[in-house]
Amino acid sequence: MKMSYREALRWSIREALKNDSRVFLVGEDVGAYGGSYAVSKDFLKEFGQEKILDAPLSELGFTGIGIGAALGGLRPIIEIMTVNFSLLALDQIINSAAFLCHMSGGQFSVPVVIRMTTGGGRQLAAQHSNSWEGWLAHVPGVKILTPGTVIDAKFMLQYALEDPNPVLIFEHALLLNHVQEIDENFQGTSPFKAMVLKEGRSLTLATYGGMLPRSLEAVSILEQKGKSIELIDLRCLRPLDEESILTSVKKTHRLLIVDEGWRSGSFAAEISARVMEKIFYELDAPVQRLCRREVPIPYAAQLERAAIPQTDDIVSKIQEMLR
Amino acid sequence: MIDEEKIFLLKNMLRVRRMEELCAELYTREKIRGFLHLYIGEEAVATGVLSLVDPVDNVMATYREHAHALLKGISAKSIMAEMFGRVDGCSGGRGGSMHLYSREKRFFGGNAIVASGIPQAVGLALAAQRLRESRKTICFFGEGAIAEGVFYESLNMASLWKIPLLFCCENNLYAMGTGLVRSQAQTDLIKKATIHNISAETVNGMDVLEVVAKTKKALEYISNEKKPYFLEFKTYRFRPHSMFDPDLYREKSELEVWKKHCPIDSFSSSLLSTQIISEDSLKNLKIEIENEMQEAIVFAEKSLEESVNELERHVYLQAGI
Repeated sequence: MKMSYREALRWSIREALKNDSRVFLVGEDVGAYGGSYAVSKDFLKEFGQEKILDAPLSELGFTGIGIGAALGGLRPIIEIMTVNFSLLALDQIINSAAFLCHMSGGQFSVPVVIRMTTGGGRQLAAQHSNSWEGWLAHVPGVKILTPGTVIDAKFMLQYALEDPNPVLIFEHALLLNHVQEIDENFQGTSPFKAMVLKEGRSLTLATYGGMLPRSLEAVSILEQKGKSIELIDLRCLRPLDEESILTSVKKTHRLLIVDEGWRSGSFAAEISARVMEKIFYELDAPVQRLCRREVPIPYAAQLERAAIPQTDDIVSKIQEMLR
Repeated sequence: MIDEEKIFLLKNMLRVRRMEELCAELYTREKIRGFLHLYIGEEAVATGVLSLVDPVDNVMATYREHAHALLKGISAKSIMAEMFGRVDGCSGGRGGSMHLYSREKRFFGGNAIVASGIPQAVGLALAAQRLRESRKTICFFGEGAIAEGVFYESLNMASLWKIPLLFCCENNLYAMGTGLVRSQAQTDLIKKATIHNISAETVNGMDVLEVVAKTKKALEYISNEKKPYFLEFKTYRFRPHSMFDPDLYREKSELEVWKKHCPIDSFSSSLLSTQIISEDSLKNLKIEIENEMQEAIVFAEKSLEESVNELERHVYLQAGI
């Protein structure tokens, strides 16, 4: 059957609300408005105000309330409308959700799921085009999921809700209308492991989230030109499934990482460093990165396009690496 | 209130005072390190409020929380072991003075980011309400927290969503070294609650009986109205903000005036003069408390240091727990 990324997210939240009385959705405009991206449209009518809680514009406050509710025995799904506003909630996410288990000597954990829309590419300019997932993956205590496929949009939430730790899900805005053919009977697979989406021999391309469809596209273009590229969907940035990356690079001996975050201090840098530390002598060429250019995202379409890795950029980078 | 209850209040204030005095001493002997914030002078507030709290109730506090932890039922032994950074500490030595926790006693910290416990307390109360649990939620914070945006966010949502909990503002007049009059344009803290349609009252936080009486009334209101309530306790800390604070921002004379209102001195004199307690019984009470605290120190000294091999434990809780 065909399903869109938005329908998949919608399905997953609806299932969670139906199956677990402890689950509720809280966030800005999740109710009467139907969700800023229409993910929770009509949920208020179906589940009522106790389950679908429209919050005032108080990101720090309602994130803290969600954390407290989780401590009190509920399973909140906190929706932060976009990743950009998550900066207002960072204190609660990091200083409390992430650290509480450790600070309390393992007594408390915070079983919250925090969902947010991430990424650029829609001419929304600097303040609405961030990609903070790599940055948040710096922090021990949280788990970071980055669904890049419809199937992951459909099943990651369920795994996140079963996890006793705080799980942050970064849903890419450009993927919402992305439609894929999915197997109706498939029940999902643990989101904490990377997945080889395409096997290949000459180079490993590791990426996640919004960069995934364009990476896939680049790989097909190159395939038609006779190149064999292995594509890894990281899926989860923390804990990072390092083993899958190393295994692939040991086979292909070349690695390109495509990451929507800025290059300096990026998540791509982390992967590159680990590969160098662990399997330097397996490499036939230096690890390369394609990242967001070092500029706040501009409004003008051609400038924004130039700031974020595009299919063409991935194709030429790989060609350069295989030359 | 019966005499035993009054003696119980005095005893708890004395326990807190003695524990804090010993902490200060142990700090200078370098047994306790890091930040240490003492509650000396403010004992009547936690003692009075927590005398009305049951084991099933939720308590959220700040980094000045030794008293609250002790009075919520965490033993002096495990509090002291925590300050020593030992495995038998109530947070396994991972938290220290500012991060006392107990899942069993429903004591949720121990928050070292000012005001960060406030929304979490609202969430705890929301959970209790949704799960139809009959537990109260008490949230302590200092008047310094009122300058944080999340205080307003939390009070607004608690009132909007009719979440029953008690906000306890311990107004000791100084946010570290910045006096209330130098940090707030509106120093009438009651108004900070009433702008959110939350009923509020001011309490003399140096008078434990007044604390008990007004908290009791507040808890009845919360239980009947199913709404939040706000109490401002006017109090004063006799010690500096932390052990690092040179206390340059307030006049000695101001401190002396407040010391005349010491919650323990005034209450014990009153109990002695009304013969609710005798000099001998008071002396015995103090001996009993001294024993409790000295045993706690011995326990902490004997408790083991965690092996550094265990360093990365507790970052995540394993699934299925």
